[in-house]
This record gives sequence, structure tokens and C-alpha cells, in this order.
Amino acid sequence: MGANQLFRLGTGGSVDRGALLHFTFDGRGYTGYRGDTLASALLANGVRLVGRSFKYHRPRGILSAGPEEPNALVELRGGARREPNTRATMAELFEGMAAVSQNRWPSLGFDLMGVNQLFAPILAAGFYYKTFMWPAAFWEKVYEPLIRRAAGLGRAAGVHDPDHYEKCTTHCDVLVVGAGPTGLMAALAAVRSGARVVLCEEDALLGGRLLSDRRMIDGRPALDWVREAVAELEATPDCRILPRTSVFGVFDGAYGAVERVADHLAVPDPFQPRQRLWRIVAKRQVLAAGSIERPLVFGDNDRPGVMLAGAVRSYINRYGVAPGRRAVVFANNDDATGTVADLHAAGVAVVALVDARAEPSEAVRRMAEAAGAALFAGGAVTRVQGRLGLRGVEVTDAAGRRHALDCDLLAVSGGWSPTVHLTSHHGGKPVWDEARAAFLPPERLPPGMGVAGAAAGAFSLAECLAAGARAGAEAAGDAGFQTSLPALPATEEESTAVRPLWRVRGGRGKAFVDYQNDVGDADVALAQREGFRSIEHLKRYTTLGMATDQGKTSNVNGVALMAELSGQDIARTGTTTFRPPFTPVALGALAGHHRGRDFKPTRLTPTHDWAKEQGAVFVETGYWLRAQYFPRAGEADWLETVTREARTVREAVGICDVTTLGKIDIQGPDAATLLERVYINSWKNLPVGRARYGVMLREDGMVMDDGTTARLAEDRFVMTTTTVNAAKVAQHLEFCQQWLWPELDVQTVSVTEQWAQLAVAGPQSRAVMEKIVDAGFDVSDAAFPYMSCAELTVCGGVPGRLFRLSFSGERAYEIAVPARYGDALARRLMQAGAPFGIIPYGTEALGVLRVEKGHAAGNELNGQTTAGDLGLGRMMSKKKDFFGRAMAQRPGLVDPARPVLMGFRPVDRAARLRAGAHFLPLAAEKTAAHDQGYMTSVAFSPTLGHWIGLGLIAHGPQRLGEVVRAWDPVRGGDIEVEIVSPVFVDPEGVRLHG
Amino acid sequence: MRINCPHCGVRGAEEFAYHGDATLRRPAADAAPEAWADYVYLRDNPAGRQRELWYHAAGCHAWLVMERDTRTHEIFSVTPARDVALAGGGDVA
Ligand SMILES: [Zn+2]
Repeated sequence: MGANQLFRLGTGGSVDRGALLHFTFDGRGYTGYRGDTLASALLANGVRLVGRSFKYHRPRGILSAGPEEPNALVELRGGARREPNTRATMAELFEGMAAVSQNRWPSLGFDLMGVNQLFAPILAAGFYYKTFMWPAAFWEKVYEPLIRRAAGLGRAAGVHDPDHYEKCTTHCDVLVVGAGPTGLMAALAAVRSGARVVLCEEDALLGGRLLSDRRMIDGRPALDWVREAVAELEATPDCRILPRTSVFGVFDGAYGAVERVADHLAVPDPFQPRQRLWRIVAKRQVLAAGSIERPLVFGDNDRPGVMLAGAVRSYINRYGVAPGRRAVVFANNDDATGTVADLHAAGVAVVALVDARAEPSEAVRRMAEAAGAALFAGGAVTRVQGRLGLRGVEVTDAAGRRHALDCDLLAVSGGWSPTVHLTSHHGGKPVWDEARAAFLPPERLPPGMGVAGAAAGAFSLAECLAAGARAGAEAAGDAGFQTSLPALPATEEESTAVRPLWRVRGGRGKAFVDYQNDVGDADVALAQREGFRSIEHLKRYTTLGMATDQGKTSNVNGVALMAELSGQDIARTGTTTFRPPFTPVALGALAGHHRGRDFKPTRLTPTHDWAKEQGAVFVETGYWLRAQYFPRAGEADWLETVTREARTVREAVGICDVTTLGKIDIQGPDAATLLERVYINSWKNLPVGRARYGVMLREDGMVMDDGTTARLAEDRFVMTTTTVNAAKVAQHLEFCQQWLWPELDVQTVSVTEQWAQLAVAGPQSRAVMEKIVDAGFDVSDAAFPYMSCAELTVCGGVPGRLFRLSFSGERAYEIAVPARYGDALARRLMQAGAPFGIIPYGTEALGVLRVEKGHAAGNELNGQTTAGDLGLGRMMSKKKDFFGRAMAQRPGLVDPARPVLMGFRPVDRAARLRAGAHFLPLAAEKTAAHDQGYMTSVAFSPTLGHWIGLGLIAHGPQRLGEVVRAWDPVRGGDIEVEIVSPVFVDPEGVRLHG
Repeated sequence: MRINCPHCGVRGAEEFAYHGDATLRRPAADAAPEAWADYVYLRDNPAGRQRELWYHAAGCHAWLVMERDTRTHEIFSVTPARDVALAGGGDVA
């Protein structure tokens, strides 16, 4: 056990002193209490050095007590949960927490890379752009790895995150962002009107600055008022309070927030996510995000022990921790001078108050006197002693005399900057207010947003309470509720006067503006000398404000320095654009459950379980999982299995689930007219009870999709589409019917999921069907020839649809039953077909059979082929207009030199073909200039006993018998192939008709 | 962005598919190739108000004509495309 919380105060704070927690930092054991952050617990143990800086590896401590922390970034947890760049000020302590410092090697106290400081001149502003320009190859191989090692951030876990993240959407009338005095008052005003309120607070506790400052409300400690306000909100059913929730972005119509559900635990509770991403849709919003204190810019202002004054008060009053034993306060405003009293009350010796203002108020003088602190009015800290931890400061007084003061804590404040980030997420530019020395929210706010309290530049408690009440009532009123202003509680008088001090002159050492990115005042000056005038350019050139803290503590100081250097005022210089996210958001939270297998939905066919029992191997087809093939014991590889399946279909019978093909029910007197317009071929003459193959084009003349459509009645068709285009075709039909031709009396609806559909293919298929259809239905060739369709009952009364279609070229049927009967139908078919040697076959065998028949499928319907390219040009009716016809007649699309679909077989019959190989004339050089087309699909043909292919080749029909080269530069294949008819098996269609 | 579907109410934009300019008119079957090329390929990209087609893909499957400011995503009107088409493509009272 290490140090024993030697800096913990005897009393005070809202930590639970009964709950002792153990944790380690860099392997050393410490203790803290529930309610501590890692930062407060480290300070309680006297640990001040917690990290090294990004570029120069300067020793760094804890600057703040909140989300703005630029220095105290640590790696939290270990193994798969290891999380780099975690702010120690935001990490709530839990039992067993293991934290490790970053950017140091070999140890935090002795860091070899600290020599980077000696190279500071080459790491100055713009070093990314100018130092390593030449030679280019060196950048990737030498400089970048070097810089990455030297100037690294933390390490990612490198393995899968074991935790869950989830996404939620919620709706409300009023969203209140921030639960300080302003936000609480706004929420109270809104809920009292009956509005549904969501109140988000980044902190674990509600209360904002009231948790950290000793304030009185209505004559009682302010925390009493907070407790009562929270109790009232909690008791209101229509108020949802989300603590540990950062609202990070204002998007169009919704706010993004991340709730750290279990970041304060070692592991999430059972069934709980680690974090939850909220999308909050609110009619009105009140931004009560408070403000962030600015550091002062002076030499070595980054030494551990230099801390924001407000943070010092937080550690004393909220956590019961003294951040030092002997303190100096250096500030330019009345709020920060109050720190003197808090330090004194906590028993910390206050050596001096250095007030940069020449004439501090009487109240400030009295406070310094009461605390026994020397007052340096108009003075400044010009030097800092102690590298790994503050040992003393040099103060230069108004008369120019130097005073050396011993201290281990320097509380600094340059005033407060309203947290306006969310106000400019819709592009509005914050406006400089000279009197308040602050950027205020832009005039053009995101729609529905009101800003109140410190976020709007109203810093005093009385102003915050009043503004919150007004904003909450206004928001609820705008959302349609009867409101009245709540009574305002009484507060003490206070002064928030500030006089800007943008940098201390005449000091020594590097003066940092952006701690996290190691950007100093000299870097800003260099950028200015090099001609950077726009604040947006300055930001990118110096990287000021571009670290993970997004410049929360540095932006305003940077802008002010730039203004001073360029002789412009701050208002004209302006600020950079704030963009989402306000605070870093874990990618895991943005992904939610959409990772791995759950990245997209998985659709299962009705026969999935049955196929699994049959040992199927599945393949992803769009969202669907389809049976790819059904291996049997003893089969060497997939090819042997697929060959058996295809051969069995040709010789006996097989069944295949084709449910995934899109099915669209088309009804209405104008159903045939709609088909007539979307398909290239004719439909009006299709008799009821018959089906027809159709091809549809896109408006640009390319093939969109194909499939078979059957006429169930005069005014009713059922269309099938390819699996992948099911949604697209349904959308297209709706476009045609609602937008292009609204006068047509026709309706369409997708019924893909309502029907299970199984193909039964092979010479024995009719024998199987005879045992499936109910008595009285005649499946003889005379009664039910090729391309017939019928509605019937099967398997003893189950309503079904029967189609005599064929993709395989064999006698075949497709039978559809309501989806819930799909599994039973598959089992019944297997039973009925057992005497005939029936087998299940998968999509691979389906592919083999269709390649043998020369049918175009997905590989050929690739969005770049015309009907003519696929050998379907003659289907295009000349007697009617149809979708895509006009553009299909473009010269480029009817060019006889376009590659068309042909068959290919290897000259050496033992050779294997590869899809994707390009066709070249035998004698030609292997260059793109000689490219004549490419192989689209290949298969090993069980019927022919060798590999066959389909492909697109220029002037194909005129080149039957010609040998060309199928060249595959990617996989190194180079095979001579003969151009043949794309129909390899049964070109006369004898088998089809039985 | 949130879209007020005339059939489904206000829904998140991710339920909808965007289809672009709703002021384009499909040329006659025998129109010149240039007219067809314009219709199929050429699109304006206005900064400001635009009438555009949306499809409520994860909802009622209605095609909608929406007037929207492309700079602010402010939506001024949402009308079933069928009604707009039957009214000749103009505004629907
Ligand atoms: Zn809808």
C-alpha cells in the first residue's frame, strides 16, 4: 500500500468516506473513496505527476476537475477493456481500478523522450508541413514511425471490445442540457407546466458548480436546494434525468448524447451496456452547459501543481482534497479570487494572491487579508520552479520587483468561457463580448434552442437561476404548455468582474496555450509571422485546439493572442468553428449492436432449420442466409458435393429453397398495363394460368432485373424478381404507379416473406408433385404444361401456388405455400421423393445448372449490360413503349461491337476456368487496349465433365469456334478457351418439356 | 432530419430514400435523344429551396414530393407524389 491519502482533508466534500476503494496507478497501490474521480484520488495521495505531453513529453499534472482536462490523460483498465486517453478528471473511481500513465518511456519520472524538448525548434508550428518534406519516401518509413513513437497517444486494446453498446431514441417537449443551477431551474420551470422533459448532465451528480463552490441559496447551503430540486424532478414521471450523459452534437432534428452507463464500474452489470447512445428528439431545447475556466499564459504554466482556480475549489469542496499545502492564487477576476477563502478555510496556507488587475476591489483586498495572503495587485507570475512538481514561483509586482515564493500549488484563472460549442453546430459563429471577455452564442442558433446562464455569459448565481427559470418556462410555452415563472430563490451578492490578461510578458520558459497539443504562445507568434491570418488556418497550422479536448481551455487564449499579434480586435479575429462531437465519443457507442454478425440483419428462409439438419453450408445473399450446398460424409470438397447435387437434379430430382426471390403481388384492372410498361416484352396477351419470363430496364437502358411473372387472374399477377433486387424492383413499381402513371388503377405489394417457395427439379419431379398436390389437381403435361401456374391446395388442404418453371433446364416446378408451412413442405417433399432418390440442393448447384443452360444471373445482370448484350434483344417489343426503351436505343447501346453473352470452354478440357478473366486475341499483346470482354460466370459441368464459362465478348455470335485467351492477371491464369453457344446442355429444350 | 410523412407522421430521415429533383418531367416516348439524356443524367444542385422526391422505404412505401432548403434542411411541405402527379406536377391545394 502506498501513500495513505495524506492530502485528504479531515472533513468536507461529498465523497463517501465509509466506502474505501483500492486502485493502482502505474502499478502502485492507492486508496480513495466512492465519489472520487481518479484525479481527486491521485491528488488525495499526493500524486501530482500523471502524464507526459504529446510532443515534448513535458511532465504534466492535473489542470482541471472536469471534461475540459487536457493533461491528465491515462490508460484505464487492461486487456480487452483497455481504454487510452481517458481523462482522469472524468473517470469515477471504482474498486480495483487500474490506471497507467501515457507517453512516457521508460517511466513517468524519467522519460527519455523528454529530449524532444531539445528539438523544440523543429517541432514548432507547422512541423508536420515543413520539416520532413524531402525525400518523400522517408516520411512513411522513417519520420512518421519516429514521430509516432516519440509523440504518441495511448495504446488501443487491439482486441475485440467485450462490452455491449446500445442505441436509444427518446422524444420530449423540452431537452435541458446541463444540470447546474441554470439547468435545474429550467427543468423545474418546464416540468411544472406539464411538459415532458429530458435533463442531461455530463457529471455523475447534478448541481454543476454548486457541487464545487460554497454557496448559499435561500439562506441555506446550496446543495440543500439542489437536493430538493432533484427530488422534485425525480418525482415527476414525465421528467427523465440522464446523469453521466454528454450531449455531444446538435444534428438536424435530433440531439446526440452518450450515456456512460457503466464507465464507473469495473465491468457492466449483467445485461447492461457499457454505454448508450441517445438520439433525443425535443420540440425545444435549453442549453445550460455552463462555462469553462481559462488558464493564464505564462512561462512553464504547464508544471504539475499549476491548476485552474475553479478546479482547486472543486477538489477542496467536492472531494475533500487539498491539491497542495502552500498555495499561490494568480487571477484576473473576482470569481477566482474567492479561491483564497476556500483554500484558507481548508487549512491550506495561502502565500499570495497575485491579482493581475492594478486595482482589485475592496472585497478582494479584505479576502486576501483575512487569509493572511500577500496581495500583489497588478502583479504576475513570471517564473515557475520545479520540473516534475511545482516548488515555487517568482512574482513580478506592479513596480517590477521580483519576489520568490515557496509554494506547491498555483491556482490560476483567466476568466470563464461560456460553453457555446453546441450553439454553433448548425454553423452559427459565436460573438465576442468585450465586457464579459467571452464568446457568446451566435444570433442564429439551431432551431428550437435557447441558451441560458453561464453558457450565455450570465455568470452570477442569481443571473443563472433567473435565466434558467425564464428559459425553461419559455421553452415549455413554445412547446404548447401553459407556463408561469417559478419563484426565484434568494442568493448572496457576488461579483464576476474580469479584466482580460491574454499573456504574461517578460516571463521565462515555454508558455503553453494548448496543453494537449503542446502549442505555445511562440508557435502562435511564428504562425503569425509566417503569414497565417485566418484563425481557421492558424488552428490547422499550429494544431491549436485540434487535440481530443478540442481546445476547450485553449481556444479563446489562442484567438486573443492572434488578435494581439495581428493588431486586430478579437471580434474581428473570430473563433474557429465548433463541430460535433463536443466530447470524444467511443466508436463502440456509435456502432451499437451493429458489429460482427449483427452489422446487418440476417434473414432466414422458412426451411433454414431443416436445411441445418441436413448439414447445409450457408452463404450470405444480401441479408439472406441460403443453403449453399449439402455435404455428405466421404465427399472430399465442395466441388464433389455440388457436382453430385447438380447431377442428381439432371438424373433424378432435387429440391431447393427459392423463397428469397422477390415476390410482388400486382392487382387491379390496369395490372397488365403496368407490366406492359415496366417489362420490355408483351404481357397483355398472357392468358390466365400462364407465366412468362420478363426483363425490365432502368431508365438509362441497362437491364435492371429479370424474372418470371404469372397471371393468376385477369386483374392479378404475381411477379418474381432476383433475390438482390427484390426491394429495388418493388420500389420501382411503386415509383411507376404513384409518380409516373398515377392514372393506372393498380396496386403492388411485396409478399416475399409471406410465401415459402421451393423448386422441385429433375426428370422425376412430376412423380413427386403427384404425391404432393391434393386429389383432383392434374399435373399431367397435357393439363399443366411448361409455364403453367395455378392456385391449389397441397398436402391435404394447405393453400398453395404451383408454377411449372425451370431455371435448371429440367422438368421442374416451383411450389409456394404460406411461409409458416415452408419447413413442413420441405420435409413432405423429401418423404414423397425418397423413392425417386430426391436430394436437397443449394445455390452452388443451382448456379451450375443455370450456367449449363446459359441463363443470365447476378454476375451478368451487373448494371452494365443491355438486353442485347445478354442475348435478349429480340424480346424488346417494337409495338409498345416501355421503361428504358428510349435510352436503350442510344447508338452506344446498340453498337454491334458491344460484348455479348457467349459460352466458353477450355481447349485443354482439364483446365479450370476463372470468372473475371479477360478475353484477348491469341496473338495480341496482353494490354488493356486488346481487351475484348471478360468471363462472368464459371462452373464445373457434371454433364460435360469439364469446366464451362459464360462471358461477354465482342462480336461473339460471329466468332463461334474461335479460340481466344482468357487472361487473369490477378490470379495468374492464362488459358486458351473456345467461343461456343452459351447453352451447353439440351439446346432444343427437350428435357424442359418432359 | 425528420420528415412529416402524410401517412405515418413525423419520422427520422433514415427511414426514407432520396430520389432527387421532383420538377423533372419524363419526356414523351418519341422525344429527342437530347431531351432523354437531360432527363436521365442532368441535375441541378441548387443551394436553397428544392422540390424533391423521397420514398418512405421503411414506412408506408409512399413516394413523396417534398420542398426543402438544401442549406438548412428546413422542410416546407411534404405531399404524396401521386397527388402531385395527378394535379399535373404542380402544387396540391
Ligand atoms: Zn409513410
